[in-house]
Amino acid sequence: MKVGVVVFPGSNCDLDTLRAFRLAGAEAEPLWHESPDLGGAAAVVLPGGFAYGDYLRAGVIARFSPVMRAVADFAAGGGLVLGICNGFQVLAEARLLPGALLRNRSLRFVCRQVAIVPERLDTPFTRAIGERRPLRMPVAHGEGCYYADEATLDALEAAGQVLFRYARPDGSTPEDPLDPANPNGSLRAIAGVISAAGNVAGLMPHPERAAEPILGSDDGMLLVRSLVEAAAERAAAAGPARVGGR
Amino acid sequence: MTEFRFAVNVLPRAGILDPQGRAVEAALPHLQIRAIRDVRVGRRVELTAVADSTAEARALVERLAGELLSNPLIESFTVEELGATSSLASAAGADGPGPAGAPGAGAAPGAGAAPGTAGR
Repeated sequence: MKVGVVVFPGSNCDLDTLRAFRLAGAEAEPLWHESPDLGGAAAVVLPGGFAYGDYLRAGVIARFSPVMRAVADFAAGGGLVLGICNGFQVLAEARLLPGALLRNRSLRFVCRQVAIVPERLDTPFTRAIGERRPLRMPVAHGEGCYYADEATLDALEAAGQVLFRYARPDGSTPEDPLDPANPNGSLRAIAGVISAAGNVAGLMPHPERAAEPILGSDDGMLLVRSLVEAAAERAAAAGPARVGGR
Repeated sequence: MTEFRFAVNVLPRAGILDPQGRAVEAALPHLQIRAIRDVRVGRRVELTAVADSTAEARALVERLAGELLSNPLIESFTVEELGATSSLASAAGADGPGPAGAPGAGAAPGAGAAPGTAGR
């Protein structure tokens, strides 16, 4: 079972992401952004970084890379796609996920450990977490303030599309966007969302940077393992002939 | 074919958090300026479009503005026509202000500004 990690010019978390997925037992391979297909990957990860230097708006130039057509087709067919940080920004710009990531309210690049809580435990991205509890992992971004209009936010809440929220150490979620537990001022403390169909997800924090105890936390591996398990099940169910088909 | 020069002005939509605008406002007291408010910081992109007509050029620019230069969820844009810069067909012969066909080229800068179609 292969996990493809897309590499855009300016991606800088691709190696960490490959390592985390290999630690979880997956065969993880880089996917160059000019690739017209996904090389038979059963799941695709868009890693963090500064694709195309974040020029114009974070993620928008990358959205038009050739590989993104294959990613969009894969997602439309139910394929599992995870965007981390810059990868989340790319998925939002590509309209594969709702909302937009604005400049942090503080105008500062924020790089520190945060806590997030999963709002769904039944998705391919969170199934290994087990219970709703705060997970510790770092954020490192200048444009992570999640925004959608009020009607969209209400619809996302109602549909269970809020996947993660920033949280205090005790697991409670701050309502005030200026609360110190909310690193960027995201509306409703949203740290990650999932598509309506449940197969595309994005989050600003970096699970791959919380993949081993020596990094200060290995909570991120719960997300990595979730995706590896879910992708392996799907690959097995699809049978070898269909794996890699587009 | 004629070259038309355009500017695309992109601004955060009304009601969208604009921390850059707030940061500029925060600097105003340091300049002893009290009479400026409601600062919004956006982006201006100038470009040349090659087309047979102003309308064709504008349609191209509006498409680019809506798909790439702005994110309709959070930004609106206006397209401003700066005029025809040259006629490529005549460029081989005499240079200069082409047969200026360029309908609308004579319009004052800014006159061509129209609300973006970001609502599509």
